[in-house]
Amino acid sequence: MLPPALGVLFDGFAYGMLLFLLSVGMTVTLGMMNFVNLAHCAFAMLGGYVTVTLMNRFGWPFFATLPMAFLISAFVSVAFERVLYRRLYRASDLDQVLLTIGIAFISVAAAAWFFGTIQQPIQMPSYLRGSLNFFGLNISVYRLFLVGTGLAVTLLLAFALEYTRFGAQVRAAVDNQRMARGLGINVDRTFAVTFAVGSGFAGLGGALAIEIVGLDPSFAFTYLVYVLIVVSVGGLGSIAGSFAAATLIGISDIAGKYYVPQLGAFLIYLVMIAVLMWRPAGLFGRR
Amino acid sequence: MATADTPINAPGQTPHQILAAGMRWRPIEIVFWLAALLPFVVAPDYLVLASQIAITALFALSLDLILGYAGIVSLGHAAFFGGGAYTAGIIAKAGWGEPLSGLLIAAIVAGIFGYASSFIIARFRHLTLIMMTLGLGLLLHEAANSAGWLTGGSDGLQGVRMWPLLGTFSFDLWGKVAYTYSLVVLFLLFLVARRLINSPFGLALRGIRENPTRMPAIGAPNNAHIRKIYTIAAAMAGAAGALLAQTTETVSLESLGFQRSAEILVMLVLGGAGRLYGGLIGALIFMVARDQFSGINPQYWYFWIGILLVVVVMFLPNGVLGGLSRLTSLWRSRS
Repeated sequence: MLPPALGVLFDGFAYGMLLFLLSVGMTVTLGMMNFVNLAHCAFAMLGGYVTVTLMNRFGWPFFATLPMAFLISAFVSVAFERVLYRRLYRASDLDQVLLTIGIAFISVAAAAWFFGTIQQPIQMPSYLRGSLNFFGLNISVYRLFLVGTGLAVTLLLAFALEYTRFGAQVRAAVDNQRMARGLGINVDRTFAVTFAVGSGFAGLGGALAIEIVGLDPSFAFTYLVYVLIVVSVGGLGSIAGSFAAATLIGISDIAGKYYVPQLGAFLIYLVMIAVLMWRPAGLFGRR
Repeated sequence: MATADTPINAPGQTPHQILAAGMRWRPIEIVFWLAALLPFVVAPDYLVLASQIAITALFALSLDLILGYAGIVSLGHAAFFGGGAYTAGIIAKAGWGEPLSGLLIAAIVAGIFGYASSFIIARFRHLTLIMMTLGLGLLLHEAANSAGWLTGGSDGLQGVRMWPLLGTFSFDLWGKVAYTYSLVVLFLLFLVARRLINSPFGLALRGIRENPTRMPAIGAPNNAHIRKIYTIAAAMAGAAGALLAQTTETVSLESLGFQRSAEILVMLVLGGAGRLYGGLIGALIFMVARDQFSGINPQYWYFWIGILLVVVVMFLPNGVLGGLSRLTSLWRSRS
């Protein structure tokens, strides 16, 4: 085993990467359209069920299912966006919260109908099981893989936002939506694509989460709370903020459960309230 | 806010006339409260359900005060409901089973919680506000879960014994006393809410809902108003929770949960937020529907709630009452 402090830190970081994957899409879409999407984790859950179905029913290898989890979540989310969400961009917070909570309720019931309420079992390929011995420290291979994926996605997103034309349009729309429209950027289309990509990453996160936290129909609500905490602590529209917040929440959650188990999930709520009292717009938020 | 009630700026009326008009009892209101007595005669087998409806209606009314009138979207209002329920339950379990004083103490305790958290609530708007209410609610849920010696943890609070109401009427199995008690408390607190809403204070709240930046400019202390109404709503929710604890003689951890907060929001919006009767009608429809569908697995019951929410947001933006009043105004303008 790792010495506890380092091991806890690593596990927390791996967990944080998972939270980052789940929440990064919501950060950007919220920052762009101010749309409160409480059904975000329903798309993540969809990704998880895609992976489970492809692996157990059709015998696909684990890695082949991950792109499918991404793509199917992205396509389904963009269908919802075009049909339902876009009508409510100018509606109040309350209407958006209600519509998306409704969709989350429907997704939970649908998942229970198709897959039952039990935890979904999956069999990881052998090269992702077990642990590596690293200078006398034991590191779980799967968590290492998770950290790698999280860092790769972060770099990819940071690069895409900073150096591509599309990324510049997204940043413009987040900074000032009306001005971006005035400059001739098709904000609606930019938003639809961003929304799809964000939900795709959520779907990928959902698929990767099965090994760590399991998958059952309550996923859509259980992890919604974590995602909302990450988003509001990190600040809207900021990928760096989302990354920092996910790491902070992941490490405090694991450390809290390890060192002060009687506090349970207390610590992350306290962290969230403390951060928001200090900076109401989140760590990296500007508004 | 997409909540619309009777137009405030009716031409040719002074504010005092508008407020006085709001206080006048309309015939339909009297019919409504008389109809609330019907279950005693028509459906004596359903009095237990009727008392649950009255309690839920009171809870929805308390949420209406902050959400419908002051525009504070709360995803953690069950914290006060559960806080009141646990207070009433623990007092009774400790040996003081007198219902009325228990109700009062529970409302005061919930009010103190509400007052303490209102300092946080008044500072925020939009998403941060929603997150704060959610976070505080979850915090209290965790606290009740881990303080098992006091609350019974996830098993719920067992062994609550209530004394007879007013020393004479003991709570019976058929819910006769329970419904009378809940209905009377609901009616009295409804009168309080009605008086509040049709006061200058109520108008100021609606002003904050419509334009929170303009109100301070005309000299209204926003934060003080929000703190006041939040405390009142918390005490009212606490009273509703205490009623539930006293009439069912148990308290479950679920009474504090996120699901409860979401459900009450659904009921209020279904009935129509920003209308006094919105929460009452919403609770009635929701609870009766749930009772009728209770044979179905609860997992699938949420499917229908989800569909209902999507339909209400898309087609009935002001709830059932908003839809009805639009119909009547259409009908009037045609005739």
